[in-house]
Amino acid sequence: MKISLEQFDKAFENRIRLQVMSVLVANESYDFNSLKELLNVTDGNLASHLKALEKEEYITVTKSFIGRKPNTQYAASPAGREAFKKHLEALENLIKQQKK
Amino acid sequence: MKEEDIYSELSSIRNLMERSSRFISLSGLSGVLAGVYALTGAFIAYRLVYREGSGLRLRDFYVNEPLILWPLFAIALAVLILSICTGVWLTIRQAKRKGENFWNPVSKRLLSSLCIPLFTGGFLILALIARGEYDIIAPVSLIFYGLALVSGSHYTYSDVKFLGFLEIALGLLAALMPGFGLVFWVIGFGFLHILYGAIMHFKYDK
Repeated sequence: MKISLEQFDKAFENRIRLQVMSVLVANESYDFNSLKELLNVTDGNLASHLKALEKEEYITVTKSFIGRKPNTQYAASPAGREAFKKHLEALENLIKQQKK
Repeated sequence: MKEEDIYSELSSIRNLMERSSRFISLSGLSGVLAGVYALTGAFIAYRLVYREGSGLRLRDFYVNEPLILWPLFAIALAVLILSICTGVWLTIRQAKRKGENFWNPVSKRLLSSLCIPLFTGGFLILALIARGEYDIIAPVSLIFYGLALVSGSHYTYSDVKFLGFLEIALGLLAALMPGFGLVFWVIGFGFLHILYGAIMHFKYDK
């Protein structure tokens, strides 16, 4: 069956990016290390996906220090929440289409 | 994209949203043990206050006498500390078994939302003891404990919220019936903990 994929957000094509977004939508904010632990990914991998989401302006980044350790907090932006919602709706529609 | 793929995608999203915002390594067993400690403590307290004699139960002391006040206070404190230690230990063990870090953003939020009502209630009780208002301590402790559970339940299983409501209701009832403080404590901290701990254990601990 052929399904149009244009409603899908390119930013969420990658699984890790979608997972990051799920966590940020469910929480006020999340820090880098906790995200890394939760998703079970490497530093570099997570950083590059976060960068991509930041470029789309789907997430906001707040950098600070706790003592001497850097503490970077990520939060979903309103645009990011909207895009995430749309993406989920597209997935739902896909299921409905296939049911027909 | 196949249908199964979408379903697995959706369920993984759901799972992550759940896992990142709720701390689910609370151990039901620690609830059961806390209940057992509370019952043991209550039994010892009861034996201190009442003396069993020739079919008649005689009060040896009234709770406002300093001679009995300190042992009772010590028992309550011992039960509290023992319960907290067991809870923390079993929770860490549970988190490790699930391959989760127990010190994460959710557990921090859970702890801080528990601690605010709990410490407020704790200091209020100390103030009440200092002022000699003993008969209001049982309702106050139950009510503030219930409030702590309700506020903490946002970051863990929703079952905890109902336990909180029950403790609050019990506390309000206790406020209407002065003199039965120990009875309400036994129900609230003893039996309810055992009941809820057992339910949680069989529902989630596997």
